[in-house]
Amino acid sequence: MTPPKTATAKKVDIATARAPRAGSEELISGSEAVAHAVRLADVDVITAYPIRPYDTVMQYVSQLIANGEFDCEYIVAESEHSQFEIVKHASAVGARVFCGSSGVGWLYAFEALAVTAGLRLPMVAMVGNRALDDPGAFGVEHNDALAVRDLGWMLAWVATAQEALDTALIAYRVAEDKRVFLPCAISCDGAFLTHSQSIVNVPTQDMVNSFLPPYDRAEKQLHPDNPITIAPQANEDWVMEIRRQSDMAARRARDVIIEAYDDFNAQFGRGGEPFIERYMMEDAEVALVGMGTLAMPVKVAVRKMRERGKKVGFVRVRWFRPFPTIELQDALSGVQAVGVIDRDYSFGASFFGGVLANELRCALYPMANRPAIVSFIAGLGGREVSTDNVIDITSKVLDAANGGDIDDQDTHWIGVRE
Amino acid sequence: MQETTIALSDFISTQVLEPWKGIKKVAREEYFTSGHRTCQGCESALVMKLMAKAAGPRSIILGATGCMYVANTTYYSTPWVVPWMHTQLGSAGSAATGTVAALRAMMRKGKMEEEPINVISFCGDGGGADMGLSAISAALQHTHYNLLIFMYDNESYANTDIQVSGSSPYGANSTFSPPGKVHRIMHRRWKKNTAAMLAAGHPDCKYVATVTAGNAIDTMNKVRRALTIGGPTFIHSLDPCPKGWDYDPKYSHELGELATETGIWPLYEVEEGKVKMYGKSKHIASGAFKRKPVREYLLRQGRFAHFVEEDIDYFQAKVDEMWEKWLVPGVIPFAQA
Repeated sequence: MTPPKTATAKKVDIATARAPRAGSEELISGSEAVAHAVRLADVDVITAYPIRPYDTVMQYVSQLIANGEFDCEYIVAESEHSQFEIVKHASAVGARVFCGSSGVGWLYAFEALAVTAGLRLPMVAMVGNRALDDPGAFGVEHNDALAVRDLGWMLAWVATAQEALDTALIAYRVAEDKRVFLPCAISCDGAFLTHSQSIVNVPTQDMVNSFLPPYDRAEKQLHPDNPITIAPQANEDWVMEIRRQSDMAARRARDVIIEAYDDFNAQFGRGGEPFIERYMMEDAEVALVGMGTLAMPVKVAVRKMRERGKKVGFVRVRWFRPFPTIELQDALSGVQAVGVIDRDYSFGASFFGGVLANELRCALYPMANRPAIVSFIAGLGGREVSTDNVIDITSKVLDAANGGDIDDQDTHWIGVRE
Repeated sequence: MQETTIALSDFISTQVLEPWKGIKKVAREEYFTSGHRTCQGCESALVMKLMAKAAGPRSIILGATGCMYVANTTYYSTPWVVPWMHTQLGSAGSAATGTVAALRAMMRKGKMEEEPINVISFCGDGGGADMGLSAISAALQHTHYNLLIFMYDNESYANTDIQVSGSSPYGANSTFSPPGKVHRIMHRRWKKNTAAMLAAGHPDCKYVATVTAGNAIDTMNKVRRALTIGGPTFIHSLDPCPKGWDYDPKYSHELGELATETGIWPLYEVEEGKVKMYGKSKHIASGAFKRKPVREYLLRQGRFAHFVEEDIDYFQAKVDEMWEKWLVPGVIPFAQA
């Protein structure tokens, strides 16, 4: 981190110096940005296990520890299952924890992921989104993180390294809030985000400390001073009530996330709208919807379409769980047609659509004037989604808006050799 | 490179739990009490009681899926007086590691008052010798983590209707290995030598022991030794199981003793690289006690009722090998080439 130049520092007026307190500008990758967030959050226990592309975050974390910039118990586990079980138990004792994985590694930990949510433990994990085997591919697909969407995990998708860092800090605050106590996974598209560098504002420790309170497990802490029994056999006598408590926590998460973004925006001068990002939506007649780094080619394509006089906008879904039903209904209420771009698949699903398309279709169904929804699958296995691909998609959506013969009962695969 | 304040090799001291010399010296307090629903004659439930008693109140106990989870901890009627948490079937090693890691980090950072807290993670033979072996192996490599993995071995997946595990004896009848018209012996694997495998494979692990609950004082003192010596440790308990082994519940202790007297279950401890036999096994090793024939043990149990002479002979020959051919009799196989 570069200290501010003396000449500049002298000019700072004390009255205005308190907010916003600038951090440092760094050229870093998405993974390194998350590593900084973990350091700033003063995480207590971290477990690592190698799989590309998420593993880069642990390379940065281990360097920070080796160089004495960060103190935590750092354990290289012998499998992803153990990796997630270790931090699950550390969290029950009251430690702030961090973990992560990619692709089939995330699924190897699936049992641990299920019980972490079931136990209401506020683990924060990074998923470097990767295609599931087989066939092997290092590239991004969203099916890995989406696999836990029904279990109580909160799921965020980020588009830039800055957003990765900021969302990690927000994730700890939300997950560890007593009203929530649910784990949170931050999805970073493999390669496009995990390995790509951009300028990131890394906040100071003071800034983070004033935003993120310590994790307090309170009466649920496993300790000899608090001799509780955690996770006994509940069976049909109690399981339904316990599931209902998780349901209520997931509902409450919505307001806690909104509060966290309000505070984050106020303290850091950035952060944006919780749940979704709206891009050129004010007067949009058709909209594209997607998650993650798709945002970059989509935004370029939207600007190109605007130059051609087409009123196109883009809504990026930032949180998939809790799903932003209200925000999406609001953002899409004025458009005639929506094109959903899934970087995932759900073979055999309704209309053969991806996971996001069907979730969105469900969310918009109660609207009186719901737009037509056209579903697309693109960029699987890490294949690049080009600006031309997005222009092709947009043309189809405009066709649907204008009553053309585009089939909205089917799902269109873009950039695939048939 | 400069040494930083983060000393990853730092040790946190353990509680000093002196051995109890005789039954009258044993603490009266119980930390595993009423509230469980184990079978009549369940040796594993007794093992839990002894283990918790030996460890005392400043302990955290973690339990992997198995009988001692399902039958022990029904919601609202826990028998655990000390803090207890369930862990997944293959996670005994990970649960202990994560718990110790949290205690270390939080104590070092001043987020928790510093004190030595015992961390014990137990598992059955399915959780330990089968599914959880890799996580236990990993736990035993963290030489600066004070933890005890306690494996209660009732020689089957007893909670799920008795299915063979890698720790079931050769030929045992189980719901996954029933003797039939064509195949009399469905379970053809020889029982894994788990304790010695872990001791031999993790030479920096300071303490590994085998026990049976019939030797209650010994069992408790092995637990106390493991918790006092520090670092990751492992205890393997053979627990006769009336339901899985098919015998009258009143014979649980007797069968445990017979397992030792026949040489099938050697009692030993490996402390800082030194093997020491104890109890009857010590006398078997020295020649002072003649091993009883395995037939006396096998024919007491319904799970071997389908055995014919040939099967008993095979079993006897395998046990003879343990004591006559092994590099360290009863513990380490191989012979010098």
